[in-house]
Amino acid sequence: MKKFMPLILLIILIIFPLVYQNAYYQHLMILVFIWVAIGSGWNVIAGFTGQVSFGDAAFFGTGAYTAGLLAHHFGISAWWGMAFGGIMAMAVAFPFGWICFRLRGAYFALASLALNEVCRHIATIAEPLTQGMVGILIMPTFVSKIPYYYIALVLAVVSVICVQFVMKSKWGYYFLSIREDQDAAESLGIDTHRYKMVSLNIAAFLTGMAGALFMNYMGFIDPEVVFSLHDISIMAILVGIVGGVGTIYGPAVGAFVMVGVHEFFRTGFFGFFKGMAALTGSDFLNIAAKYISHAHVLGFGILVVLVILYLPNGIVGDWNKLVGRFFPFKKKEAAT
Amino acid sequence: MEVFLQTLVAGILKGGLYGLIGLGMSLIMGVMGIINLAHGQLMMVAMYVTFVLSHYLGIDPYLSLFVSMPALFFLGVVIQKYTLNPLMEVDSILPENQVLMTVGIGMVLTEIARFIFTSDYKSVQTSYSDATFFLGEISFSIALVISFFIAVGFTLFMFWFLLKTDTGRSIRATAQDKDAALLMGVNSKRITVITFGLGSALVAAAGTVLMPVYYLFPDIGGPFTRKAFVITILGGLGSTVGAIFGGLTLGLAEAFGATYIGMAYDDMIGLLIFILVLLFLPGGFKRLTKI
Amino acid sequence: MILFEIKNLVKHFGGLAAVDNVSFQVEKGEIFGLIGPNGSGKTTIFNCISSYYPVTGGNIYFKDQKITGMKTNKICKIGIGRTFQVVKPLGRLSVLDNVIAAAFSKVQTKHEARDVAMETLEFCGLSHRKEIIARSLPIGERKRLEITRAMATRPELLLLDETAAGLNPTELDEAIDLIRKIRDKGVTIIIVEHIMKVIMTISDRIHAINFGQTIAEGVPKEVSNNKAVIEAYLGEEYAQG
Repeated sequence: MKKFMPLILLIILIIFPLVYQNAYYQHLMILVFIWVAIGSGWNVIAGFTGQVSFGDAAFFGTGAYTAGLLAHHFGISAWWGMAFGGIMAMAVAFPFGWICFRLRGAYFALASLALNEVCRHIATIAEPLTQGMVGILIMPTFVSKIPYYYIALVLAVVSVICVQFVMKSKWGYYFLSIREDQDAAESLGIDTHRYKMVSLNIAAFLTGMAGALFMNYMGFIDPEVVFSLHDISIMAILVGIVGGVGTIYGPAVGAFVMVGVHEFFRTGFFGFFKGMAALTGSDFLNIAAKYISHAHVLGFGILVVLVILYLPNGIVGDWNKLVGRFFPFKKKEAAT
Repeated sequence: MEVFLQTLVAGILKGGLYGLIGLGMSLIMGVMGIINLAHGQLMMVAMYVTFVLSHYLGIDPYLSLFVSMPALFFLGVVIQKYTLNPLMEVDSILPENQVLMTVGIGMVLTEIARFIFTSDYKSVQTSYSDATFFLGEISFSIALVISFFIAVGFTLFMFWFLLKTDTGRSIRATAQDKDAALLMGVNSKRITVITFGLGSALVAAAGTVLMPVYYLFPDIGGPFTRKAFVITILGGLGSTVGAIFGGLTLGLAEAFGATYIGMAYDDMIGLLIFILVLLFLPGGFKRLTKI
Repeated sequence: MILFEIKNLVKHFGGLAAVDNVSFQVEKGEIFGLIGPNGSGKTTIFNCISSYYPVTGGNIYFKDQKITGMKTNKICKIGIGRTFQVVKPLGRLSVLDNVIAAAFSKVQTKHEARDVAMETLEFCGLSHRKEIIARSLPIGERKRLEITRAMATRPELLLLDETAAGLNPTELDEAIDLIRKIRDKGVTIIIVEHIMKVIMTISDRIHAINFGQTIAEGVPKEVSNNKAVIEAYLGEEYAQG
């Protein structure tokens, strides 16, 4: 039964927009799919290979700008960016990894953060190339959200399958070995530098493609949006850790939850506060509603703290723990 | 020549302050082995405390030290005790749990500040904020000079504390070898809590004395965390003496950079130093690659 | 035939000479013991061989090829395997996965790797534990896993670093049997130990060091009667009569 779950889910997702015509929910699902791709990428380098990256926005933004600039400067359809976005992101990942993989642990994380910021600054300063703070605007190809939905779905599915395939192969074993004990890995003949590079490039490719798709879908990007530390890099980490670090389906679960959480805050608990304010005419509730909608970063911060403390292996990773907490009678079964 | 001396003075004065910031982070890094990415945010909190005391109660920033330092010490203790210490027991695939946690805490602190104070720039104006005195042709900002001496004072106090008191020695022992210290009866959990509190209090002092001559907004934490990190690394990981020199170096680098290269690229230069320092650390490199 | 040689190896840590001009040769097919009190430099020598430390002076040869400073993973590829004194299991992976990861160093496909892994597990007596997560193994089995992993890389020369430390008498005998089995398979072994029983029983020749310097070399009987060796081990009770 468990084996068919993903398939059933897939079928539901395919039918979804045909049955449920609401553009708002389609939009949310598109975001979820984009985050599945980004989260899967982050999981490869961080969850599976143990090199935590704080700067995946660098790859996302590169992919987005590749797509956007192709359209802006060369008049080529931004869809070509889907292919090139991933490749350009790898072009960024390659020198970065080459130089920075000598750093271990938290220092690599900081270097990735620096990469993020450097990319953002370059995008802002290099106006002739990137239009700077003005950003890039392109004509969306489709009016309806549905084509974007299916393209995003394909991207998400491809990402998950790709990760699954990789992790079952020799590369997968090597990534895990590097994560568990880098010195032992070396003694077993694993060229850790090389495979860290491979892992990073896979992550960059997936994230870059997601960025390119984002450009095509949203039609507008600027450095603050696509190279955002909080909204992209930290969100990617959250998607990874909430869903389940080092699991195949973790990012999918995490993406769903995080987009949900983001919407939750943005709409003030799905309009709860606004509704209550309207109902009671309370000024306080109105103001509270306004604050809450801007407080999603606070929510993210609190979520980081709580997840790390109580659910360090995410929903998928700590599934047994979660089940045990809510369904104590099931615990014995799960523990074996 | 004048310009050079002026820049030198500015650099040294700022450097003293930076040394204080670096000292706090260096302590934390030495004892806990983690990079406190919320360090700048803690400073931000202290600055807001100073602002509130000044704005609503008319208390002079230098007197606020008596409030902001204990307050931040307490905050640091709480953070370490309830969010960081528990992580030492938790087993997770992600090795950088603690660092990630400090990121989360930094975010929470920043957003709470934004919630309460909005993103508007705040400042504290005192009678001496703009006052300067002259030695020959060189102008000295009185506020910065006072801050410098306060910073030096605290630094010297810290050295006395670490060298001469039992707690201080326990801290140094834990930093050098946690297991050995444990075996000698040091309560390492308590030490980590105290150390984080101390580190927070020190950066609080820096923030408080900086208020008269700086501006404040919620996102100010980020750049200062980065600066703190650069200072700590420049001085050699976990080295308290080194942090002082790191602070002076950064202060001078920024001053000369501002004078001779220009303000526009200020951010990028800071970032560049951050990256170079990360890659080419003097003396701390080996430790980095094997952590 | 001389399979492996160390010539005038020197390793300094700051001002301290951890290894001071050590030289020896290892014949193909023999079990070569390296003994010395704690801190004498034995593990440092191993770490120099696998390039965990850069060598300060001297050279290392494997099958007449100079391998000094060769990258660690390459050393495994050319046929030298090693275990670690403080065991390094790939904690969250199963025993089987640990060995498969090692097997990939010499084969390409997952199918082959799995076969090699199963075979090696069988040989080393760990097949019944293959599904267990590595970090939940007791110390005896962890050490056995270290050896199994190293064997899965199909080494010609195996460096065993204190594989007997912490084992109870039964486990000790089993370990000795396994090591003999490995040698009978054709693998040359250099074994570092400070537990006399193990080394004296199985080594063909022994090289003794203290404070990073050679103090004796010869067959077990000679070495155990050597005055300098006995002095170095002041307090050690084992002596071959």
